[in-house]
Amino acid sequence: MSIVEESKGVWVFIEQNGGKIEGVSLELLGAGRKLADKLQVPLAGMLLGDGIKSLSSQVITYGADEVYLVDHPVLKTYRTESYMKSAFHLIKKFKPEILLYGATSNGKDLASALATDLATGLTADTTHLDIDLENRLLEASRPAFGGNIMATILCKKQRPQMATVRPKVMKELEPDTSRQGKIFEETVELKESDMRTKVLKIVNDVTNKANLADAHVIVCGGKGMGTEENFQLLYQLADVIGATVGGTRDVVEAGWLPHHMQIGQTGETVSPKIYIGVAVSGAIQHTVGMIHSDLIIAINKDPNAPIFDSAHYGLVGDAMEIVPMLIEQFKQMRNAKGGEISYA
Amino acid sequence: MHIVVCVKQVPDTKIIKINPKTNTLDRKSAPAILNPFDAHAVQEAVKIKRLTGGTVSVLSMGPPQAVDVIKESVEIGADRGYLISDRAFAGADTLATSYALSKAMEKIGKEIPVDMVICGKHAIDGDTGQVGPGLARRLDVPPVTNVLEVSEVNAKENTVLLKRKLTSGYELVQANLPCLLTVEKEINEVEYSALPDMIKAAKYKPVVWTVDDLVNVDRTQLGLKGSPTVVGKSFTPPKPEGGQKLQGSSKDQVKKLMEVLQDKKNLLFQSSN
Repeated sequence: MSIVEESKGVWVFIEQNGGKIEGVSLELLGAGRKLADKLQVPLAGMLLGDGIKSLSSQVITYGADEVYLVDHPVLKTYRTESYMKSAFHLIKKFKPEILLYGATSNGKDLASALATDLATGLTADTTHLDIDLENRLLEASRPAFGGNIMATILCKKQRPQMATVRPKVMKELEPDTSRQGKIFEETVELKESDMRTKVLKIVNDVTNKANLADAHVIVCGGKGMGTEENFQLLYQLADVIGATVGGTRDVVEAGWLPHHMQIGQTGETVSPKIYIGVAVSGAIQHTVGMIHSDLIIAINKDPNAPIFDSAHYGLVGDAMEIVPMLIEQFKQMRNAKGGEISYA
Repeated sequence: MHIVVCVKQVPDTKIIKINPKTNTLDRKSAPAILNPFDAHAVQEAVKIKRLTGGTVSVLSMGPPQAVDVIKESVEIGADRGYLISDRAFAGADTLATSYALSKAMEKIGKEIPVDMVICGKHAIDGDTGQVGPGLARRLDVPPVTNVLEVSEVNAKENTVLLKRKLTSGYELVQANLPCLLTVEKEINEVEYSALPDMIKAAKYKPVVWTVDDLVNVDRTQLGLKGSPTVVGKSFTPPKPEGGQKLQGSSKDQVKKLMEVLQDKKNLLFQSSN
């Protein structure tokens, strides 16, 4: 039997840090469930770490039928070589046809290393997944050519078909504690003395981040703001409505904002309740990072700017004129609400 | 210490245009540049060399005109450059690319053993970040991706101390040499070139190798043939429905938007309990 014929099942790499499963892994169980149902195969979580067996039930609760795990002290912190060796063992033995990873630092690192040893195809930073049922192929789509168009990538002859997927793009399922699943635990021989890297310290540094990914309201500025100084206006607007400020790739490359405030394919993916894009042109590289927002408002002086195709409401006009008006209006609205705006 | 930096010539994606009829790249519309992340990678190698002494080499794969990005690397301070250029490499995905680079790296390593490989985090045309870790596997050295800082190079112990970016925060990693790093832009500022480096770069002729110059190459792993991924189709994403432009003067539009938002009070003003 060929590798294509004998490979069965959809797997998701369950990324955990310090015993806590990353949100993107739960999102991928939601996305993987749909793919597995289409193919009529089981959905499995691939769980690696130290003392992580108890996380299996959560993986099943969020949609998996099976959990394949390696639990070993050497896997305490993520390292390419130890995680790769463990994952490689599981994949070679159980032969999944599809394997998805969150497009995080560690997920991308592991996927890239594994693809090389497995000599299989890997699609980076996908934002859309589907199945070509006739050929039983994963259709992994992502913005290409700097994010100006979408491309669907296929891996026809090698297995597993692998993709890293942007966080905050897929939706997790409602947890169902009545779900039952099978757990397969494997032993892999790992020795600390064989490891060529050591993690000396992990520093969680969320305070320093704009926290765009968790923001309920975002004001995003584009290159059309003209100057770095004009961004002050956006900070004022954000301040009034309790929003977080972000920017496009152009703005970050111009040095007006630091990279961690960038929204889009090569920055953060966001899904706030309200996104306000000011002087943002709306290249696909940007819109893939914000299209899942509940309400998208765009302000741009060019009536033909592509951002208006992605916006629920568009205002055509000069940002420097419109934003001060908005600040004034929101202030009135806020005062009418007793001076406090809160977002649940 | 011998550091090899992998660099790529890319179209400037900020300027590039897509032909809307064919959904293909209009390459003529964009100037070719040194991938910005790779410029930081070269700079970091030059900084390390100032501390440890040694040699900085750059390696690129691409068409003959990719010598330009090697010259630019020499301007930043690299000592020597290698280009692998052959039709056999064309159409390579990340798997086939890391294979070809590893074969060139083996040959470079025979001239001077390699202690460290540095790559940019990703190239701005492909945005994958997959070639670096893949190359590390092929060379059998540990990869450390998303490096924010090279904190210490301990030549005596043969280790480096690195600050690696995580989704929320960072980690300090000690890696044995030889190893492979992929670097973030934050790692350094690319310095203005020194005049002697600019003069050297202007005259510099990199070593160019074809596939026949490389040793023990399995040609089935090169280029299009060696690439498991194929582009199925390309398309512009479907537009979300319901979009509307508000009409009238700026003032009218703002007024209308506020009315819309009033209707969406539940979304905007949720009570705090």
